[in-house]
Amino acid sequence: MMNSCKSVLLVGVGGQGTILTSKIFSTGLLNAGYDVKMSEIHGMAQRGGSVSTQVRYGEKVDSPIIGRGEADILVAFEKMEAMRWIEFLSKSGKLIVNDFEIESATVLSGKEIYPEGINEALREKGNLKLIQASKLALELGNIRVMNIIMLGIMIKELGLEKIDWKAEMEKLIKPRFVEMNKRAFDLGYSL
Amino acid sequence: MKELLTGNEAVARGAYEAGVTVGSAYPGTPSTEIFETLAKYKEIYSEWAPNEKVAAEVVVGASLAGARTISAMKHVGMNVAADPIYTHAYLGVNGGCVYVTADDPGLHSSQNEQDNRYVALHAKIPMLEASDSQEAKDFIKAAYEISEAYDVPVIFRMTTRICHSKSIVELEERKEVGIKEYHRNIPKYVATPAACRKHHVELEEKLKRLEEFSNSTHLNRIEKNEGAKIGIITSGISYQYAREVFGNTASYLKLGFTYPIPKAKIIEFASAYETIYVIEENDPYLETQIKALGINAIGKDKIPITGELNPEIIARSFDLDCPDYVPMSPEHVSGRPPTLCSGCPHRGLFYELSKRKDAVITGDIGCYTLGSAEPLNAMDSVICMGAGVSAAHGFAKVFEQTGDNRKVFGIVGDSTFFHSGITSLIDIVYNQSDVTIIILDNRVTGMTGHQENPGTGYTLQQKPAPIIQIAPLVKTIGVEDVREINPNNLEEVKKAIDECSKHHGPSVIITKWPCALKKLHEEEKTQFKLPTKIFKVNPEKCRKCKLCLKVGCPSISFNPETGSHIDPYTCVGCSVCSQVCPFDAIKREGDE
Repeated sequence: MMNSCKSVLLVGVGGQGTILTSKIFSTGLLNAGYDVKMSEIHGMAQRGGSVSTQVRYGEKVDSPIIGRGEADILVAFEKMEAMRWIEFLSKSGKLIVNDFEIESATVLSGKEIYPEGINEALREKGNLKLIQASKLALELGNIRVMNIIMLGIMIKELGLEKIDWKAEMEKLIKPRFVEMNKRAFDLGYSL
Repeated sequence: MKELLTGNEAVARGAYEAGVTVGSAYPGTPSTEIFETLAKYKEIYSEWAPNEKVAAEVVVGASLAGARTISAMKHVGMNVAADPIYTHAYLGVNGGCVYVTADDPGLHSSQNEQDNRYVALHAKIPMLEASDSQEAKDFIKAAYEISEAYDVPVIFRMTTRICHSKSIVELEERKEVGIKEYHRNIPKYVATPAACRKHHVELEEKLKRLEEFSNSTHLNRIEKNEGAKIGIITSGISYQYAREVFGNTASYLKLGFTYPIPKAKIIEFASAYETIYVIEENDPYLETQIKALGINAIGKDKIPITGELNPEIIARSFDLDCPDYVPMSPEHVSGRPPTLCSGCPHRGLFYELSKRKDAVITGDIGCYTLGSAEPLNAMDSVICMGAGVSAAHGFAKVFEQTGDNRKVFGIVGDSTFFHSGITSLIDIVYNQSDVTIIILDNRVTGMTGHQENPGTGYTLQQKPAPIIQIAPLVKTIGVEDVREINPNNLEEVKKAIDECSKHHGPSVIITKWPCALKKLHEEEKTQFKLPTKIFKVNPEKCRKCKLCLKVGCPSISFNPETGSHIDPYTCVGCSVCSQVCPFDAIKREGDE
């Protein structure tokens, strides 16, 4: 494996906004002149299921998908999903996790319990940045802007602040939600 | 202009730029977005057909009439469409015709992992494969040139990873090619045995010329790297993975035109390298043909035949180094399987069926396949589109022979009923069995992401359309016992199941309620009074019996100390859980 491009893995639960986040992210990269590939799988009733989006960018990108140990950054919108996908994070990679629990169907129905001690286990496994992004989003006025807070954190971590992300947001987000999302982005970026 | 497009969007764009004017398809993951994108081009007439066979026949007709045409389907959809496609190969085209097959290695959303490259080989139809979105667009345009130059339809093979990955595409203008004149040509277009004996001979001749084309076309290109000892023959997404793993340490024969394969080019390429690898996903389609040329290639001896391929699997197959990774700790991860959504109208039905231990339930393809999952477990079989209806009849015929008293229920969705359920129901009426077919009419083609269908009142391009009413249709076929119920009303569901269980002969229950995620048309808003208030658990009344968990709603959670809880953000107020609670602890907001 000899590619020098950057690999970003976004994971979460269906409905959390991974698709919009990766859309903003990848079109920003395109407009900045990078070669970009983005891969996401959608199919059978993804609502409530585990979802992932992979973005790779650089001078030239071959594979649209990321192998285990290859992601430069793993951004998890839900903490159990961070653990599910941890093997894809590079040993020198950065782990950004929304400290938030979404119980799965198996947990809700009592067949399994939501695991305890995930944060501690994640801390042992990677260079962890744990953020209460859902709580912060709620304080901003809408829990749904959690994804854009996470995007702000991610942009800072990747050193991509020169790209005009707010212009991308204006193109891709409904006008009445743009202002709140910009504030969410700034908040994430400041963390 | 450059844009980031999925492979599916790029295929649609390619069809647009190539001057296509007619398209017909049936939705199916991972192909669906091709036609959702195509529908936005006003220059193209595009439609959802009831099934892939109909869609293929529509495009054959349109092609004969002189238009450039396209159809797209998932891999198993091509099985449905096989009959017209195979004969279309004999007849040839007037306007160029492309059939897109979207295969699903890894079964992300399918019932099998069939490799449709063999369809090209079997049907004797030339085939192209793209390895990213730019190629998807460019190769579609090439496909129309080939189709018209050689007087054959073309198969365009995609896979999930190409369909759903975005990469950069340079957009170009549409080239209007017009519609060719049509003249009656009985020897060419009427598939009689006498005509097709000649057509077969002609087709074999065309394939010889297409093989020459395959050897010379830029669609099949050699990428030489200095000093490379390994030569890799590959196509589609496997090319990207191979490049990722081997980079410039190998040379590549990258195939974009994969039927007929370029035999001379392969022999020439292979002679220049000590070792030849064939890197392909799923079946040894290329490898078998390459080995038949006497080339000692290495392929499936190393690379798995099952599952989706990725760079890591290739690297490990050839004992190459892979990056270290931190192992996941399984004790910190619980399953997150897909579930029926909050407020899903299928839930009430499956909850009632789950209580019938004396029932056999044959299921079908749709979100309702999840009726087989925990905690409902209310399904015996799922096979293919329409088999929920016909397999029920098969079960019932055996139970007649064995004297088995179990009641057989067949499940089918509205779109699936229009797709393949109608002929199955005709079999049941014609040959009479005591089955009850339950048609889950949620007013939309749900699982593929909400497409219109013959029952929804709108076309793909959002023009108003006549609504095919299921109940009168079923009665006309000859089913006497037909009832339409609201599946969110458990009393109604139970009564319908009970009465149909006693009925002698075929019966049909139609559960009519829109998908909880459907954006309703104006007229549907008056037809279906959607609940405006959500439900709450009264913690004082909750006895922690967990019965409400049996409906498997993702909005309901349980805490051993405080009892059941309904998430106010996701509850849509369907009321099913409140009907299950024996202690009257779940109430509509405001009614507490």
